[in-house]
Amino acid sequence: MAELCGVVGVGQTQHDAKREDVSQVGLIREAAERALEDADLDWKDIDAVVIGKAPDLFEGVMMPELFLADSLGCAGKPMLRVHTAGSVGGSTAVVAASLVEAGIHDRVLTVAYEKQSESNAMWALSIKIPFSATVVAGAGGYFAPLIRGYMMRSGAPEDTGIRVAVKDRENALKNPYAHLKFPDISFEQVESSPMLWDPIRFLETCPSSDGACALVLSSEKLADQSKKKPAWVHSTAMRSEPTSFAGRDQVNPQAGIDCAKELYKKAGITDPRKEIDCAEIYVPFSWFEPMWMENLGFAELGQGWKMTYEGATALDGDLPVNMSGGVLSTNPIGASGMLRFGEAAMQVRGTAGEHQVAGARKAMGHAYGGGSQYFSMWIVGAEKP
Amino acid sequence: MADANEPVSVVGIPSRVEYTYSPGRATTRFLRAIEQKRLMGQRCTGCGKVYIPPRGACPRCGLPTDEEVELTDKGTVVSFTVVRVPSENIQLELPYAAGSILLDGADIPFQALLRDVEVADVRPGMRVQAVWVDDAELQPSFTNIKWFHPIDEPDVPFEKFQEHL
Amino acid sequence: MRDVAIVSYAQTPYQSSVSAQNEVEMLMPILSEAVEKSGIPRKEIGFTCSGSTDYLAGQSFSFVMAVDALGAWPPIRESHVEMDGAWALYESWVKIQTGEVDSALIFSFGRQSMGDLPSVLCLQLDPYVLQPLHPDGISLAALQARALLDAGKSSEREWAQIAVRSRADAKDNPDALVKGDADVDAFLAESCVASPLRPHTLPPVTDGAAAMVIAAGDLARRVSEKPVWIRGIDHRLDPHMPGVRDLTVSPSTAKATEKAGGAAGVEVAELHAPFAPQEVILRDAMGLGSDVKINPSGGPLAAHPMMVAGLARIGEAARQIWGGKAGRALAHATQGPCLQQNLVTILEAD
Repeated sequence: MAELCGVVGVGQTQHDAKREDVSQVGLIREAAERALEDADLDWKDIDAVVIGKAPDLFEGVMMPELFLADSLGCAGKPMLRVHTAGSVGGSTAVVAASLVEAGIHDRVLTVAYEKQSESNAMWALSIKIPFSATVVAGAGGYFAPLIRGYMMRSGAPEDTGIRVAVKDRENALKNPYAHLKFPDISFEQVESSPMLWDPIRFLETCPSSDGACALVLSSEKLADQSKKKPAWVHSTAMRSEPTSFAGRDQVNPQAGIDCAKELYKKAGITDPRKEIDCAEIYVPFSWFEPMWMENLGFAELGQGWKMTYEGATALDGDLPVNMSGGVLSTNPIGASGMLRFGEAAMQVRGTAGEHQVAGARKAMGHAYGGGSQYFSMWIVGAEKP
Repeated sequence: MADANEPVSVVGIPSRVEYTYSPGRATTRFLRAIEQKRLMGQRCTGCGKVYIPPRGACPRCGLPTDEEVELTDKGTVVSFTVVRVPSENIQLELPYAAGSILLDGADIPFQALLRDVEVADVRPGMRVQAVWVDDAELQPSFTNIKWFHPIDEPDVPFEKFQEHL
Repeated sequence: MRDVAIVSYAQTPYQSSVSAQNEVEMLMPILSEAVEKSGIPRKEIGFTCSGSTDYLAGQSFSFVMAVDALGAWPPIRESHVEMDGAWALYESWVKIQTGEVDSALIFSFGRQSMGDLPSVLCLQLDPYVLQPLHPDGISLAALQARALLDAGKSSEREWAQIAVRSRADAKDNPDALVKGDADVDAFLAESCVASPLRPHTLPPVTDGAAAMVIAAGDLARRVSEKPVWIRGIDHRLDPHMPGVRDLTVSPSTAKATEKAGGAAGVEVAELHAPFAPQEVILRDAMGLGSDVKINPSGGPLAAHPMMVAGLARIGEAARQIWGGKAGRALAHATQGPCLQQNLVTILEAD
């Protein structure tokens, strides 16, 4: 790439089921202002804005960035709107980074959000298409058979998912911004929570949240001048494959495998488990932790569950995963990917507070969307690549 | 009158837009056949895989699926879920089982309701057959199949269908 | 900046009523055509980006099915903007500038006939204070047209002349929908749809799709006999609320034109003015002289596939250069109420 890119500001909102105290405008301002404050910059310092969110039907506004632009100081500036399904928060950050890496802009503000409480996401996802029969709605019904497929293939113990949920929910207690917090979370509590879509239990599922995340990205010259140390973007990658075709492996999708390979190659990483200090991975249902550990090359095929079981992915493990509490604890869909990317940046900047992994120098952010078909990832580091 | 200083936190803004849906040429051929209780898949001209219901393209090859292939209404459950949570636009009594069903001769499964079986007895590999609406109610719609139910055939081993997960 | 050129372009014949084809069926032939004409094997194209909106289809994730038309196997580097395809071109151009890829396939699609576009466009407005008033897309354009008249910057006769010119030029464009010989006075005798807009000032309901391949310098020269160079590309935004801006001018268009390198020397301009009066505003903002040929394709009044029309302007401008009708051309795309967001690109022959 032509230019280096540094993350000089990270901001996020307080995430909640309903943020009735703010409009969509107020929500994105909350995140953007915090990112600017973190970067010690002002609106006038921003050259371009990149906005991301999941389907417009979630809020009931078509291309809402057009009205939101007024509140992000976009007048007279370039503004882009990205939408790549659930991976969008990640893709939006990747597009924003490319504007800096290409040498087009020096400072880019990128914001991703979802305010699901303003409409009805389950309705938006299950609009009846004529001539077809809809038997399951939403992500849970779609992904449950795939999780069962993983269990059959790997022979993973049936409580693997429960263990992931307990770990992520314990991490969320350390994150002041997290939406769901269960102070007395325990194995028994997750195990006894109702089955929603077999084999997915209630406490193994992500919530529906209102929230936003914002990042300020900067060229090398200006990032070098920033007060707080930047997180340097070492590599980014995106991959897509079709939703369904004969012979598609949806449990271990090729797009995820290829995306991670390109990501590591560009970052000069040959042994990801060893070289990456921590990872924020898009895990909307607990079982996706072991599935993605394999898909991303952190574990051999069929062995991902052992990482959970042995505590490798715990905050004090050798590869902490979802230090923030992850998507299981906070899920403003459009922002969920950027929250992963932002957490990775916070870790290598040493600003993650109570959920900081000691000495994190290299971190991964990951997002996926659609029927496990869209992937976006980045690696950020405390040092320049 | 409400207090003028009370914050307005919610406003309801009803809006309504109507859409005319058209399914496309390939799906139209499928729907015209299912109106006659026939299940017509389509074969990709590139890789030879059979798609049902067809959407007009083999997504792997990006080529039209022009050749019609008639399939039976029997198949195998390759995976499933039991839904225990209500959904906005789906009126079904809870809990119910939804299966990924691979029809014999097809190369891709689709999701359908599983009935006439206890949800606890649903398992991958189970052989099933379509239960149709009465002939008088047939329409150009996938809803002509009410659900799938088990048939008296031995289960298919996992190795035989695991590539279709 | 790396040199980047358009090496191929394809578009569907446009249709005005609900078509038998779905999006995938609409896209497959033109994607193949654009890739074949590019001379770059499909599997070697470095990046793919599309532009579309869920609200045309009335369905969440409607762009996901479009991937079915791509033959995206092995998995591809791909992105999507909820914007006109012209911005998908911009994202692709940026990607090439990073040096990560040397070529990109861009496409966009829209089936406007499925819903009532003017009411769908109402949902594009600020949901708290504007949407509750339910101004539709035509009414907002009418407000803008009225402002032009009130400012003495244009006339209804000028708009009718624009429509007559568009339909006459569209006769040479086999893909256009509204074409033929027309008469200014007959147009002016029509009654208004939303005063002061008469039917001839409105874009037709259009279904369609377009695809384009771009490539970086050396590759473009290798695969194409006549690459159309993107000399500059920039896009800017004006405030959303119609009440806070002067609707008779387009500062964002002026700035984008300047940043893209300026309109000097441009022989042909393809302007994305969905409503005839908007062409006057755009010409003024760009500083286009009377010697510049506007919309030789017939422009948006001849065919206006929503989400595609901007990319189509760029494709049509490239066709002018390929056809030897121009050496330097300007292409423009817009989206949002009353020309809120604008993209300008300057194209040149070798």
